Amino acid sequence: MGESQYVIEMENITKAFGNFKANDNINLRVKKGEIHALLGENGAGKSTLMNILSGLLEPTSGTIRINGKEEKISSPTVANRLGIGMVHQHFMLIDNFTIAENIILGSEPTNGVAIDNKQAYQDILAVSEKYGFKVEPGELVGNISVGMQQRVEILKTLYRGADLLIFDEPTAVLTPQEIDELIVIMKELVAEGKSIIIITHKLDEIKAVADRCTIIRRGKSIDTVNVADVSQQELADLMVGRSVSFKTPKGPSHPTKPVLKIKDLVVKENRGLNAVNGLNLEVRAGEVVGIAGIDGNGQSELLQAITGMRKVESGTVEINGKDMTGQRPRTITENSVGHVPEDRHRFGLVLPMTLAENIALQTYYKEPLSKHGILDYKMINSHARELIEEFDVRTTNELVPASALSGGNQQKAIIAREIDRDPDLLIVAQPTRGLDVGAIEYIHKRLIEQRDSGKGVLCVSFELDEILNVSDRIAVMFEGQVVGIVDPKETNEQELGLLMAGVPLERARAEVAQVKEGAVSHE
Amino acid sequence: MNKKNELVRSIAVPVISVLAGLLLGAIIMLVFQYNPVEGYGAMIEGAFGRAYNVGEVVRLATPLILTGLGFSVAYTAGFFNIGLAGQALCGWIASIWLAMTFPDLPKALLVPLCIIAGTLAGALWAGIAGFFRAQFGTSEVIVTIMLNYTILYISNHIVRYVLTDNADATPKISPNASLRSDFLTQLSGGSRLNGGIFLALLMIVLVWVLMKRTTAGFELRSVGLNPLASEYAGMNAKKNIILAMVISGALAGMGGVVEGLGTFENLYVLSAAPEIGFDGLAVSLLGGGNPIGILLSSLLFGVLKIGGLKMPSVGVPKEIVEIVIASIIFFVGINYAIRYIMDKFAAKKMTGKGEA
Repeated sequence: MGESQYVIEMENITKAFGNFKANDNINLRVKKGEIHALLGENGAGKSTLMNILSGLLEPTSGTIRINGKEEKISSPTVANRLGIGMVHQHFMLIDNFTIAENIILGSEPTNGVAIDNKQAYQDILAVSEKYGFKVEPGELVGNISVGMQQRVEILKTLYRGADLLIFDEPTAVLTPQEIDELIVIMKELVAEGKSIIIITHKLDEIKAVADRCTIIRRGKSIDTVNVADVSQQELADLMVGRSVSFKTPKGPSHPTKPVLKIKDLVVKENRGLNAVNGLNLEVRAGEVVGIAGIDGNGQSELLQAITGMRKVESGTVEINGKDMTGQRPRTITENSVGHVPEDRHRFGLVLPMTLAENIALQTYYKEPLSKHGILDYKMINSHARELIEEFDVRTTNELVPASALSGGNQQKAIIAREIDRDPDLLIVAQPTRGLDVGAIEYIHKRLIEQRDSGKGVLCVSFELDEILNVSDRIAVMFEGQVVGIVDPKETNEQELGLLMAGVPLERARAEVAQVKEGAVSHE
Repeated sequence: MNKKNELVRSIAVPVISVLAGLLLGAIIMLVFQYNPVEGYGAMIEGAFGRAYNVGEVVRLATPLILTGLGFSVAYTAGFFNIGLAGQALCGWIASIWLAMTFPDLPKALLVPLCIIAGTLAGALWAGIAGFFRAQFGTSEVIVTIMLNYTILYISNHIVRYVLTDNADATPKISPNASLRSDFLTQLSGGSRLNGGIFLALLMIVLVWVLMKRTTAGFELRSVGLNPLASEYAGMNAKKNIILAMVISGALAGMGGVVEGLGTFENLYVLSAAPEIGFDGLAVSLLGGGNPIGILLSSLLFGVLKIGGLKMPSVGVPKEIVEIVIASIIFFVGINYAIRYIMDKFAAKKMTGKGEA
C-alpha cells in the first residue's frame, strides 16, 4: 500500500465501560493537512475517542491506522512517538516554572549532566518562529495570560514533534480576541503541514476554522460532512438528532406581584471594595429578568448577597414580602428560593457524592428524605430516579458520583433539584456555560416554563444571546449598579454592549441610531 | 460492577501493604542475621499462643478502635485531629478522678458515670480546637498539638499534687469502677482484657450509623468534601466544624477511659501523651476511615505489638522488633503508592469516566 491520504484512520472503534458503550463502532478519518472538527453533545463520546487516540484508553475493539499503517496505541508515550499531541482543555502547566521549563518537561535536553537551558531556549524560539507565534521562554507561566498559556501547550506538543494536534475545547477559556488569534495559529499550523482535530460543540467556530466535520451522537459516528456545504442549523440538527431551535418560543409575560425587591444594596467583594454599589431591582412573579453585564461588575456578589452567602453592608433584600437581608442561606432557601449557582463544581455539587445525594442536597433534612435525623436512602434514591427521568439527566444510574456526569447533565441535575422544590423565586447564574445547543435549548425551555407557571426568574449571564432569548426585561449592570432596564424586543446587542460599557441609555440609543442612519445613508 | 471493583481494591490495598511490610521486616531480620521464620513464628506465638495472648491483643486494640474512630470522624469532615492523645488523656483523668471521688457507688452506676465523664472531658478538650477553628479560622492541627502538651503537664500535676501526695501514680481504683470482669479475665487466662471492647464494638456500629445514615453525618461528609457547596446548601459551617471536633474528641476520650478503668486501673505520671492517640491516627488511615477497617487494623496493631514482645525469646533484639513493626506500619502508611501501582496494572481494564 502506498502513501495514504489519511493521517489517522480509526475504524469501528468501540469502547465499553461495563454495559455502557461510550463509543460504539465509531469511524473517523482525518486527511493530511486538514482541520477536522469532532462535533457532539456533552457526553456523546468525543473525549473517550480522543483518549483512545492519545493512548490513555485502550479500545474494546476496532483498528487504528496512522499514515496507512496499523498501530496499537498502548500508552501516551506511544502516541507521542507516533506524532500525536494533545492540547488539553485544562492546561497541564506548572505555574512556578518558566515557559521553557514547562515545554521541555519530560524531554529535557542535557549537556551530559545538567539541563541545557541555552539549547532549550534556542529550540523553543525556533519552533515558535516557524509557526509565527511569539513567546518569551524565560517568563513564568503563572504570570502569562490564559491565551498565552494555551500557546505554551501547543508549543509543548510541537516540541515533542507532533504532526497531529488534538485541541480539546480550545476556546472555552479564551476571550473573543484570543479566539481569533488561535484560529490564525491553527491555520498557520495546517499550512506548515500539520493536521488538526478540534473537539468542540460551538458551531460558529467549526464554520470559521474546520474543513470537515465528523458528528458523534450517543457514542455513534453519524456523518462526516464538508463544513462549507452545511449550515449551522444543519450541523446542530445532526448533532442533537432532531430539529433544534436557537430561539426559545415564548408568549408574552404576565407579571403580577413582586417576589424580589432589592433596595440600595451595597455588598463588598473579597478585597473590601464595593462590588454592589447602591443597587435597586425588582423581579415580579411571572417574568424573567435578565442581568447583562461584563464579568466583574458585581453580578456574582449580588447573587451571593441575595442568597445569603455574602454579607450585606447596607440596603435591603425582600423576598416574597419578607425581609431577608443578611439571613442564612437555609432561611432564604426555605422562603421559596431556588438557586442555580454560577460555578457548578465549586458551589452546585459535592462531586464525590452520589448523584442521588446531590439531588437531595437541599432537602435531605426534611421529610420524606429523612425522619428524626435519620436518612431514608430508599426515598433519596427513588426521588433521584424520578428527577433523572423527568429532567432527562443522562447517567448510568443514580448511584454514580456526580463527577462521572458530563457538564450538561450535571447542570440538568442541579436545575432539577432547584425547580423540584417549586420555588417562587428562581435565581440562575450562567445556566448554560459550557453546554451544547441541545442542553441550552432544554434549559431555556425550563426557565420559560417556570415563568409561565407564575414564578419569578432572575437570570445572570455573560452571553448576550441567552439574555436576549429568555428575558422579559433586561437589567444592565455596570460597576455595581443597574444602569438601565430595557425591553429585549426593543434593544439589540450593540445597544446592550454600549450600556454594559457604562454609556448612559440615552446616548447609547442615539449612537446606535446614528450608526444605523449612517448605514442607510451610505446605500 | 464499579462498586465491586472498589470493594476488592479497598481490601486488597491494606492486605498487600501488610504483606509488603512483613517482607521488608523479614529482609531486615536477614540483614542483621536473624532468622525471619523463627522471628515471625515467635510473633505469631506471642499473639495467639495462649488465651492470655489473644486477650492482650484485644485489650491493646480496644482503645485504638475508639481513637481511630475519633480520627475518622474529624477527617471525614475535613479536619486533621492530631490531638487524639491529649483528648484521650483528658478522658483518662476525668474517669479516674470520678472513680476516686466516689469509690463506693454501685458498679452499675459508677462505671457509666465514669465513661460519661471521660467522654465529655475528651469532647470538651477537642471542642476548644473546634471553637477556635470555627470562630477565628485557627488551624486545628497547631491548636491540638499545643493542647496535647498542656494536658500532659496538667495531668502530671493532678497525679502528683491533687490525687496523691507527691506520688508518681494514683492508687488502684475500686473494683466498682473497673471495666475488668472476672469472666473476661478468666476467659483470657488472666489478661487485662476488659469490658471496653464492648463499648468499642458498640461505637463502631454507632459511628457507622451516624456517618452513613443520619442527616448530621450527611452534613459532616458534605462539609468535608466541599465546604462551599455545603454552605450553598444551607449547612452551618461553624456548627459542623465544632460538631466534628467534639465527636472526635468524645471518642478519643472514651479511648482514654478504657486505658484508665480497664488497662491500668489508675493514672500515673506520663513522659509523653498516650500512644493510643498517634496509633489511633495510623489505625484510622490504615483502615481507610471505615469502621470495619478500623477494627481490623486495630487488631493488627495488637498482634504486632503483643506478638512482638515474644520475639526477643528467639534472639531477635527489641530494637529489631521495633524496626520490623515500623516497617509494616510504613508500608501501610504508603498504601497510596500501592494503590497507584495497582491502578497502573489495572489501567487498561479499569472502568473510568464514561463521558466525552
